[in-house]
Amino acid sequence: MRAPAEIHARLTGVTRVYDLPGGAKLHAMGPLDLALARGEFFAVVGPSGCGKSTLLDVLAGLAPPSAGEATFEGKPVDGVPDGIGVVFQEDASFSWLNVRDNVAFGLRRAGTDAAEVTRRVDYALGFMGLNDFAGAYPAQLSGGMRQRVCIARTLVLQPRLILLDEPFGALDQQTRLLMGDELLRLWRETGATVLLITHALDEAAMLSDRVGVMSARPGVFIDVVETGWPRQRDSRIVSDPRFGGITARLWDKLRVESLKIMGGAKP
Amino acid sequence: MTREGWIRLAVVAALVALLEALCRGGVIPRTVLLAPSDMAVSLWQILREGQHNTDIVSTFRNVALSSALSVTLGFALGVVIHALPRLRATIEPLLASYYAVPTFMFYPVFIVVFGVNAAAIIAIAVLLSIVAMVTSTLTGLDRIPAVLRKTARVYRMSFAKRALLIDLPAAAPHLFTGAKLAFAYAFIGVIASEFILSGQGVGYAIAYAYNNFDNRTMYGLMLLVILAAVTANTALDVIDRRLQTRLRR
Amino acid sequence: MRRLGDFILLVAGIVVAWQGLHWLAGDVALTSPWRTLLRLGALMQSETFWGHVAETGRAFAAAVAISLAGGVGIGTLLGLSRTSAIVSEPVLLALYSLPKVTLYPLVLLCFGLGISAKIAFGAMHGLIPVAIFTMKAILQIKPVYWRTARALRLTPRQVALTVALPAVLPEVLSGARLGFSLSLLGVLIGEMFASKRGLGFLITNAMGLGDIATIMAVALFISVFAIAANAALLALERTVHR
Repeated sequence: MRAPAEIHARLTGVTRVYDLPGGAKLHAMGPLDLALARGEFFAVVGPSGCGKSTLLDVLAGLAPPSAGEATFEGKPVDGVPDGIGVVFQEDASFSWLNVRDNVAFGLRRAGTDAAEVTRRVDYALGFMGLNDFAGAYPAQLSGGMRQRVCIARTLVLQPRLILLDEPFGALDQQTRLLMGDELLRLWRETGATVLLITHALDEAAMLSDRVGVMSARPGVFIDVVETGWPRQRDSRIVSDPRFGGITARLWDKLRVESLKIMGGAKP
Repeated sequence: MTREGWIRLAVVAALVALLEALCRGGVIPRTVLLAPSDMAVSLWQILREGQHNTDIVSTFRNVALSSALSVTLGFALGVVIHALPRLRATIEPLLASYYAVPTFMFYPVFIVVFGVNAAAIIAIAVLLSIVAMVTSTLTGLDRIPAVLRKTARVYRMSFAKRALLIDLPAAAPHLFTGAKLAFAYAFIGVIASEFILSGQGVGYAIAYAYNNFDNRTMYGLMLLVILAAVTANTALDVIDRRLQTRLRR
Repeated sequence: MRRLGDFILLVAGIVVAWQGLHWLAGDVALTSPWRTLLRLGALMQSETFWGHVAETGRAFAAAVAISLAGGVGIGTLLGLSRTSAIVSEPVLLALYSLPKVTLYPLVLLCFGLGISAKIAFGAMHGLIPVAIFTMKAILQIKPVYWRTARALRLTPRQVALTVALPAVLPEVLSGARLGFSLSLLGVLIGEMFASKRGLGFLITNAMGLGDIATIMAVALFISVFAIAANAALLALERTVHR
């Protein structure tokens, strides 16, 4: 067990309700509570449409909660706070910029001086293994490489909290496993807090300190599983005897919720 | 009708109403523009009294003939070019830059060759619209998925059977788009030709009315062309969209 | 090398076909390629010819400028909201396929018989495709770009200049290329109908005199310009398309 850590970001009683055309309302998520400890790796799993992306949006300040409160480093979230980085599900690399310019984009817009930009970009390119591709354009790269560019672009801003919304969803299984290892390396070396949304249970189980299981819509946490892994870990943790048990417990809860979506058989 | 359809109707109606108000209020003088209601009345009178019936029939006939010619010749040319890749590679730049050239400026050539009559008008209208049909035919034939052709071979279909039962339906959406474009360009070509120089036709009648300061007739006929063009092109467009969604995978 | 060979073949083919038509139709109908070139050469040595070129050129340049500025402006405004884009698209398309020459008398009544009427008419032709292409391009910007811009906390100005503009540039250039050609057509038609100056006037004037050689020569001059300009714009488009 780890020593109790400071709370880095918090969601308290957060709900999100959307207005639909025709006057109806869609209760997408909540009421939901989440306390992210500084430096922890937290994964979120849940059936489709349960509001996982909405959770990320509220936490990042991309969407206001309909009820409840989101705080980051003790302050209420209003717009996207400084210190938060987001990696989206879709490829967000700008097709008109090469890899280097893509990675430097956020820094340049923030007015960072050129020398610092070069230093940080070089570091991020090296860290993500993109040195050989610095001059290439996204159209010339594979999906996995493009996601690395997006991660590098977030990394250069030295975020204290990194939110990832199914970043490896479009990749094949083997690339996913390798990217998972890279994400762990990133997490260890930056000391950032990481929230990873994923639909892959094995990914959640092997990468994180805690896994939150969301119910079907409106999504709330029905379980939070502590994995208890050591900080120094990688994808080979799948061979640890506890791994099977953790995934089993996740699926146990998740299966019931997923069946609700499919309108199907008795659990 | 969709919500956007209603908004569109409301916006157009509001603009027409605004125009009406500005004309009636004297902000826009009668010597420049007639109020929409006056245009409508003028058009109604023209149609009822029939003094421009020969012009209307003449234009309609020219548009129909040139469209039909463009579509059939364009399709035939497209099929031939598609079957000869070497020829296609050579002609490609011509087809690609065809619509960069203001082809209409060749109308006077046809006037000198054919004289001031329907032949010249149909010639330029066909010249204007045929390439749209050719390129659409080429695209349509290109886009027939290879797997459909392989299926034809598995069924051991003859060339004619395959062309009729597989190629044509598969390429149909693109062919229709080509026909739609060919019609639109033929329409524009006919009206423009009649306008510049002609002895007959709605375009000619508008130019004649303009030169004789007969704003009433001129605007009535302009309204006729606008209504006809919008109706025909919108109808073709609706069919085009239905075909695209139904037949495309 | 093969492309160059094909191109030469194409030009040769056109010249051959032209010559063939000339033999078929006779000198009265169609001047031969050689005679046309001679006439063009003679024209290009006359000052009055270049005066007409300048007239058309001025009107054309102004029409293109208005088409681009107006088209991008209107297209951007309409493209920013999904509703306004869906509402406007059929209207813009209807205007696009309308024989705008029917509206020319209205333009003449508004602007008189001078160069402004030609510019207005050319702009009418060129503005619509630019607006349509710009609107669709803005609408089709990947939603993840907007979210990324917000996640990076960009100011609205930064979003417009560093994200939206580069994202739509390829499409806008395609629309601009089309607008360019159509503006030229509009200005020429305007001159053919109601002008005492310009290349369009030269053509109609020659037609009245039965002077096929001049018609062909001027048309050749315009065609070469149009094709060269189109090729240049295409090359520009290719450098931007990624």
